[in-house]
Amino acid sequence: MTQDTNGAEGPVTENAELAVGPVPEVESIKTLLEAFEDATFEVRSYASSDVTYHAISVPVGDWVAFAETAKAAGYDLFVDLAGIDHFSEAPRFEVVLNLVSMTESQRIIVSTRVPYDDPTVPTVTGVFVGANFYEREAYDLVGIDFPGHPDLTRILMPDDWEGHPLRKDYDIGAIPVEFKSGSVDL
Amino acid sequence: MAGVSSDPGFLVSTLEKGVNWARTRSMWPATFGLACCAIEMMGTGAAHNDLSRFGMEVFRASPRQADLMIVAGRVSQKMAPVLRQVYDQMAEPKWVISMGACASSGGMFNNYALVQGVDEVVPVDIYVPGCPPGPQSLMHGILTLHEQIMSGESQRSSGRL
Amino acid sequence: MTDGPEASDTNQALVPDDVAPDDVVSPDTISPESLSVSEERLKQHEIWVSGTEERMPFAKTTDEGAQEILPRDLDPALSIQRGTAVEDDFVHPIPVVDDERQIINIGPQHPSTHGVLRLQVELEGETVRRVKPIIGYLHTGMEKTAETLTYAQGSTNVTRMDYLSPFHNELAYSLAVEQILGIGVPERADAIRILMTELNRVASHLLSTATMGMDIGAVSMLIYGWREREICLDFFEKTTGLRMNHNYIRPGGVAADLPDGWRDDVVQLIETVNGGVDEYEELLNENPIFLDRTIGVGVLTPQEVKQYGITGPVARASGIDWDLRKSMPYSGIEKYDFEVPTGLHGDVNDRYHIRIAEIRESLKICQQVLETIPGGDYRNPDPKVTPPPRKRIDESMEALIHHFKLFTSGIEVPPGTAYQSVEGPRGEIGCYLVSKGGTKPWRMHWRAPSFAVVQSLPAMVSDSLIADLIAALSSTDPVLGDVDR
Repeated sequence: MTQDTNGAEGPVTENAELAVGPVPEVESIKTLLEAFEDATFEVRSYASSDVTYHAISVPVGDWVAFAETAKAAGYDLFVDLAGIDHFSEAPRFEVVLNLVSMTESQRIIVSTRVPYDDPTVPTVTGVFVGANFYEREAYDLVGIDFPGHPDLTRILMPDDWEGHPLRKDYDIGAIPVEFKSGSVDL
Repeated sequence: MAGVSSDPGFLVSTLEKGVNWARTRSMWPATFGLACCAIEMMGTGAAHNDLSRFGMEVFRASPRQADLMIVAGRVSQKMAPVLRQVYDQMAEPKWVISMGACASSGGMFNNYALVQGVDEVVPVDIYVPGCPPGPQSLMHGILTLHEQIMSGESQRSSGRL
Repeated sequence: MTDGPEASDTNQALVPDDVAPDDVVSPDTISPESLSVSEERLKQHEIWVSGTEERMPFAKTTDEGAQEILPRDLDPALSIQRGTAVEDDFVHPIPVVDDERQIINIGPQHPSTHGVLRLQVELEGETVRRVKPIIGYLHTGMEKTAETLTYAQGSTNVTRMDYLSPFHNELAYSLAVEQILGIGVPERADAIRILMTELNRVASHLLSTATMGMDIGAVSMLIYGWREREICLDFFEKTTGLRMNHNYIRPGGVAADLPDGWRDDVVQLIETVNGGVDEYEELLNENPIFLDRTIGVGVLTPQEVKQYGITGPVARASGIDWDLRKSMPYSGIEKYDFEVPTGLHGDVNDRYHIRIAEIRESLKICQQVLETIPGGDYRNPDPKVTPPPRKRIDESMEALIHHFKLFTSGIEVPPGTAYQSVEGPRGEIGCYLVSKGGTKPWRMHWRAPSFAVVQSLPAMVSDSLIADLIAALSSTDPVLGDVDR
């Protein structure tokens, strides 16, 4: 039996207008989304399991406010923060925040998009202290700026490294290997 | 350079053999475990595959007291200067075993982040293949190094003693 | 804040109106001499750092990320200390540096740092006042490498991240791929996966208890722990072909069925490891030196745990009853009956006890898998995902073609995004996979459990002794392969 990854009950709206769209069944997420009109969501289910989680997309202006509201609503276990480079899609960069509410055993994955010419996402270190290293990693590897971060410097690459390795226009840096044609292609 | 360069005479060549014998029988490794290979190196030193029967269970933390550096694991760009510094701190005679695929050649990670083979940073005597090499492979590598020293194939310091 | 950019000087615009222009420190001129000790100066720096409506340039404001610690009065950024940092102000001003203090460097090459972790500690005598973990010495570019490997090859890459629990890494990756594909695996495959991951948990906890004992001084604990771990590794070698980094759990199932005679092996293993764990408890539980060195050391409060995103035994030691195997179960683990040990005090001793208890619970799960494992396929028979059995390649042309396609170009995965996580021995191991169609992932981000724990080190050990630092560090069991990826 195939599990549809896009498990929303009805059509998922592209933008705003949640009035005619589907409504999440989980109460706390429903309240969260009612407070933020420009947020859209999608329900996805785990493989080999009955667990589901909500993937919520917010505009960058609501980023910190959403994190604070989510934390107040019980999503207070900070799990992950990542940066993604969608090379040819605009806006180019995405930042993804993964939060869990332990009391309800619910997970939300909040994401926002920022364009190439202004890759800034306000820092959530004021809401979750643990976002510190994660945002530094997103800066180091993807090149997203987090104003308000107390120490936005390189964390995984050497300090004098140039470039952001996980961007799509950054070469993998493979050396040629004899007799191994076709080993690495981007 | 294999073998003894010139024949210094009976007394000195026996002495040299004795010195080589002594060097192999208590060669103390410096702890340079980096990644997964470090776990297998610890396994080689543990009870099942015992390195102490070769006199090598003392893994010295300080490179100044060690003879052998087993580079166990992947060496990243940030770690390469540290590796060189630790190697420089070791006193002669010293040997290097490059353990595992990542240390020998970059392994499966042919990318920007790793040094593609520690022989770009330090001179290597023995390369042990594997990902990670089991304790038996590592021991075979260590014993091969012992044989090389005993036979004079691997010479150190001023060449005579 | 400001109204907008001034005509001439953009730096001027980032400063509040009530600050005299002469007092302004522009980002280009920040140097140790230009900052004095006063709190107002720090506050100015703080306001500038906090960002404004103007787009903040990419200039670095501190050298904190660099390979040094700034003296305290220049250091508004190192705020991850115990107490106020977590709940109240995020950045709090720090008083003047003391002459009695000395900054020393532990690592990256050091026997007790559990890998290449570098710690810069500011010591006052033997007391640790500040600690700063510097990571990146094992950065392997695995997330970038994953973009160049097909989905079938992906297991080989991720298995080397948290190298003490390779099965968990593979499982998280395979589940994420299966989530995008929308497929399931047969029940037998699920049971095998649970068996291998729980045995991996046993092996990992044995190693972490062994190294913790060694770091605290009970060196024989290292040898005892490895003795039992070798039995687990023998079983892994028999089943998967390798002692570590197995590439066994793949999208669609597992690579091969369990070998003949595995039941006897597992029964023997359970008995021997249980006996071994009895020995460790006898050695360490009531040992006064061990108790002195572990009780009350390295305490993490539940608030800090949630803020830093710590999961696994370290979180459970602080009283937070959160285990993904119970709350967000995967691969049918909810069928098995086991308990999740939780601690009370959040110190090193609790973490030790929890790991010992978890070894026993995992062995219980293995016993139940032994009794209830169903027959059937060990991988999803869908030919687009799993290669056909070797025999059929000789018989069927289609099988040959499928085999060829799968091993040259790989599994075709539709566009989609997935996140799935498993409970590893150190916490939540998660794989966030972005696919834009094709045979290779667009982006694979790994949620590493040890990353959060290393970050919380300053909160754990500020104002304790160096020996406590070592004990606390080893009790959190960081694996630098995970932290640096």
